[in-house]
Amino acid sequence: MRSWKRWHRDARRHPLSALVSLITHLAALCTVLILGFLVAYILINGIPNLKPALFSLTYTSENQSMLPAILNTCTMTLLSLLLAVPVGVGASIYLTEYAPRGSRLVALVRLTTETLSGIPSIVYGLFGMLLFGNALHLGYSMLSGALTLAIMILPLIMRTTEEALCSVPDMYREGSFGLGAGRLRTTLCVVLPAAVPGILSGVILGVGRIVGETAALMYTSGTVEKIAGLMDSGITLSVHMYRQASEGLYTEQAYATAVVLLALVLMINLLASRLAGKITKGRQA
Amino acid sequence: MSNTFTVKDMNLWYGDFHALKDVSLDIPGGQITALIGPSGCGKSTFLRSLNRMNDLVQGCRITGDIRLCGEDIYGGMDVNLLRKRVGMVFQKPNPFPMSVYDNIAYGPRTHGIRKRAQLDEIVERSLRDAAIWDEVKDRLNRSALGLSGGQQQRLCIARALAAQPEVILMDEPTSALDPISTGRIEDLALDLKNDYTIVMVTHNMQQAARISDRTVFFLLGEVIESGETEQIFSLPKDSRTEAYVTGRFG
Ligand SMILES: Nc1ncnc2c1ncn2[C@@H]1O[C@H](COP(=O)(O)OP(=O)(O)O)[C@@H](O)[C@H]1O
Ligand SMILES: [Mg+2]
Repeated sequence: MRSWKRWHRDARRHPLSALVSLITHLAALCTVLILGFLVAYILINGIPNLKPALFSLTYTSENQSMLPAILNTCTMTLLSLLLAVPVGVGASIYLTEYAPRGSRLVALVRLTTETLSGIPSIVYGLFGMLLFGNALHLGYSMLSGALTLAIMILPLIMRTTEEALCSVPDMYREGSFGLGAGRLRTTLCVVLPAAVPGILSGVILGVGRIVGETAALMYTSGTVEKIAGLMDSGITLSVHMYRQASEGLYTEQAYATAVVLLALVLMINLLASRLAGKITKGRQA
Repeated sequence: MSNTFTVKDMNLWYGDFHALKDVSLDIPGGQITALIGPSGCGKSTFLRSLNRMNDLVQGCRITGDIRLCGEDIYGGMDVNLLRKRVGMVFQKPNPFPMSVYDNIAYGPRTHGIRKRAQLDEIVERSLRDAAIWDEVKDRLNRSALGLSGGQQQRLCIARALAAQPEVILMDEPTSALDPISTGRIEDLALDLKNDYTIVMVTHNMQQAARISDRTVFFLLGEVIESGETEQIFSLPKDSRTEAYVTGRFG
């Protein structure tokens, strides 16, 4: 009540700033409402359709089990990260710690990554199919899918890692060099650990893109509803849901899948921030 | 006392900017040498040349001759070994974001010491020598960033000591600290000069007068005068030195 009165008083004194403050508050409220509505809508429509049969080991057209898709999603995520994170982090380390500042190569790589991050995922899908599926004879397989997704999230991993490395103060680097450490030790023991939270946030965004991807996977890892090995074709949860929804016969099951997808993303995010907390424990004040 | 550093006809450029001009200087061992002068005159630049920290600055070029105990430091000396022998303490305390213990053990580990017992001993000795052991002995495994500014700076000194250097360079080590912490660091420097050669940049004239044995006065990239601290402060030979130490400019 009192704050309302104060708002009134301030509004009379500074009408413009009060208006701006109102608009920003409304915008914030809008975001929260939309997100809340979305989550509630999915939960309300999905939870009643979550039946134990949806989690059986095999999929049939009568029983739209999503367990194979869940497992494939985990495989796909791990595999893509395994491919993209070392390359992305390594490249960023080179760009920020080793390459001379302002070199032509660095500028070229930056331009390339920025361009790559703007390409629609269906283009990556087509590229993956032509290169990994056809030219390299990997066919429809988890490996083709993971390679395609790895390329797709590489720019994201690189940009966030670079930002994280750049935000590590130079005084840490100087301190390390001043003690006689070389560049490798400085990077691995001082700079990289300090950048881990930032790198992990990039990885989380990457996981979000992998789990949510459909277009890049349909023609690379395919749509086979089976628990897939490295060289088998296998469907992920998002593609599974896309198929159910687009076929029109399994809308209820699609909602159930959405709930699981939501839970999966939430779980991965929690896990990652736990991990970040573990790694930085005892390092920060 | 023999000279730790001998610098002859040294010139340094940042790109086109001529930052140090024909600097020739001897720095004797076992003493505190203070570098004074108005800000921007090249004190830090000179100090950072002594352990080749300027190598990290792009476009920085050095000519002339700098010798550490007779060895040319810019001629084929392993730069990491040089920096082990010539430790550095920075203006702003910069403990690494790790535990107190790992901070101190960083130098020894860098130079190949892995045995826990040996590290424990070095950590304790360095912290004692830097007069901070009693304050941190119960929190060796907690982050160093939780210490106060003055404690952090003494930790950084301990970290430098742990690498077992011969020389310690200090770049305005107390300018970010309160008077009590400043006093502690000054006492510590006086203590340490028995075992180490210390070169300290300071913008604080009283500090230079209080603790240094020799003083070097820089102005616009040149060494105007160097000598015994007492002589520089009481009987400066150059009128510019006199003007500076009596506070008439800078
Ligand atoms: N990395 C650098 N690049 C270009 N110029 C620099 C750099 N570092 C210092 N300078 C210039 O060199 C001069 C001396 O700087 P510095 O040694 O830091 O002075 P002091 O420590 O005496 O205040 C200043 O004019 C400063 O602007
Ligand atoms: Mg300076």
